[in-house]
Amino acid sequence: MLMSIKREGFAAFLHERLIPIGTVALAILMLWYVFTVVLNSPFERDQAERAGVEISTTQLVSNTMAQKRPILPAPHQVAVEIWQTTFEKKITSKRSLVYHTWVTLSSTLLGFALGTTLGILLAVGIVHSKVLDKSLMPWIITSQTIPILAIAPMVIVVLNAIGISGLLPKAVISMYLSFFPIAVGMVKGLRSPEVMHLDLMRTYNASRTQVFWKLRWPASVPFLFTSMKVAVAISLVGAIVGELPTGASAGLGARLLSGSYYGQTIQIWSALIAAAVLAALLVVAIDLIGRSVTRRMGVVA
Amino acid sequence: MADNTVIQTNNLDLTFETNDGPVHALKGIDLTINRGEFVSFIGPSGCGKTTLLRVIADLEKPTGGDIQVNGMTPEEARMKRAYGYVFQAAALYPWRTIGGNISLPLEVMGMPKAEREALIKKNLELVNLDGFEHKFPWQLSGGMQQRASIARALSFDPDMLLMDEPFGALDEIVRDYLNEQLLELWAKTKKTVVFVTHSIPEAVFLSTKIVVMSPRPGRIHEIIDCDLGDNRTLDIRETPRFIEIAHQVREGLKLGHADEH
Repeated sequence: MLMSIKREGFAAFLHERLIPIGTVALAILMLWYVFTVVLNSPFERDQAERAGVEISTTQLVSNTMAQKRPILPAPHQVAVEIWQTTFEKKITSKRSLVYHTWVTLSSTLLGFALGTTLGILLAVGIVHSKVLDKSLMPWIITSQTIPILAIAPMVIVVLNAIGISGLLPKAVISMYLSFFPIAVGMVKGLRSPEVMHLDLMRTYNASRTQVFWKLRWPASVPFLFTSMKVAVAISLVGAIVGELPTGASAGLGARLLSGSYYGQTIQIWSALIAAAVLAALLVVAIDLIGRSVTRRMGVVA
Repeated sequence: MADNTVIQTNNLDLTFETNDGPVHALKGIDLTINRGEFVSFIGPSGCGKTTLLRVIADLEKPTGGDIQVNGMTPEEARMKRAYGYVFQAAALYPWRTIGGNISLPLEVMGMPKAEREALIKKNLELVNLDGFEHKFPWQLSGGMQQRASIARALSFDPDMLLMDEPFGALDEIVRDYLNEQLLELWAKTKKTVVFVTHSIPEAVFLSTKIVVMSPRPGRIHEIIDCDLGDNRTLDIRETPRFIEIAHQVREGLKLGHADEH
């Protein structure tokens, strides 16, 4: 029997999730407000000095949280911006955060699908061929040591030159980042069967294909979902980075870029928060799918 | 080679190359096993009993001498699925139900579904696990898991059952029970069984022939006939003949250790 008391339902959710996560969130919010005041007050003091007026501390603090282009916007300013651009704009509008999130999400998902496929194929090759193991693995690792910011413009330019633009170039950059954890995780997963489990297949005189489908593949499923959780998050990073060099007009990356051109820090922060929320939702989605698949495979949760 | 000879080895040798130099795992093994026999390999760890079993199963290649299984090389015999192998652990695939695990060799052999299902039923009954077809391995006790793995090894009706310390990880009560069941199974199926163990009572209780092995290099010290007859029950362990054979095995193991120096 379990030694610890098992909490159930809402009590478990409260104790295991809400309280710890809530505490950290609260701490971050408080720190954020402190920094908002500290970072934005020099501008307010400067303004007051020029106008030749004394400014009270209360006034100063409240002013720092209501600037149009603050160095660091206050959390509630960002919240208001997110609310307005999410719910008060038509989702087809160029000013809608939903629209931009969708643009980024679509290249994220395409890149993630491509990266997962590529990663699995590479892992299958590496596990089954000594030559591929020796020749591919160093390149796979090297590929990740090059900063994506250096590669992204080249990918966009090269693909543009052969007439491919829009969704695919961004997805390719996503794929470039996301295939890596999949390949590494799946190499480990496909090699995870115990010697006894492999010997057993040998006693049945099973072919390599049979060993793959009946042993290596099912054994690697937990590894696949673990690496997919990492991969989906960096797919999103890839898609955002892919939007930067084109000076793209749509997507969360484009919001970040145009925000920084025009000093719209509130817009930048709302795009950042949208990206973070999107990443979290994607990871949770993969996690849920993974749990339901492994449960159906008889694994105790 | 006589008609009822299943396994015959002649001066069999196996040397593993390791980083610490060569290890002489088997040396000059001469052994004949006949159809329907229950043969145990017994000896201390490092005597090569498991290695010898793995050579018969073509899981290791000998480096010298001859071995024939069913009049073929071990590789040919393996390809013809001449044996079912039971490992030290049950080695059930955790993502397959008990029925699914028994179905595994049948799927590999390309058997149609209806036939597979009939065989799953039949073999689960054989090891007294009927009704557990849809359970996952973790829902079964260690002894039940090992019984399921025996059902899996028997599912495709091989001539031989090769068992590598199958009950070594189980407690004594479960082990006694499984030993009795195994004898019943052997009487019913008339398989040739090769059984690796380090338990003297287990070897004497089960076997018709006990191969006493000694280590460094792994070799056969003595082959003892275990003539306790058919239909053995656990009570047989109290009889003088049983104690006499057990004593002989124990002496053999001692001597095997002594002449290593």
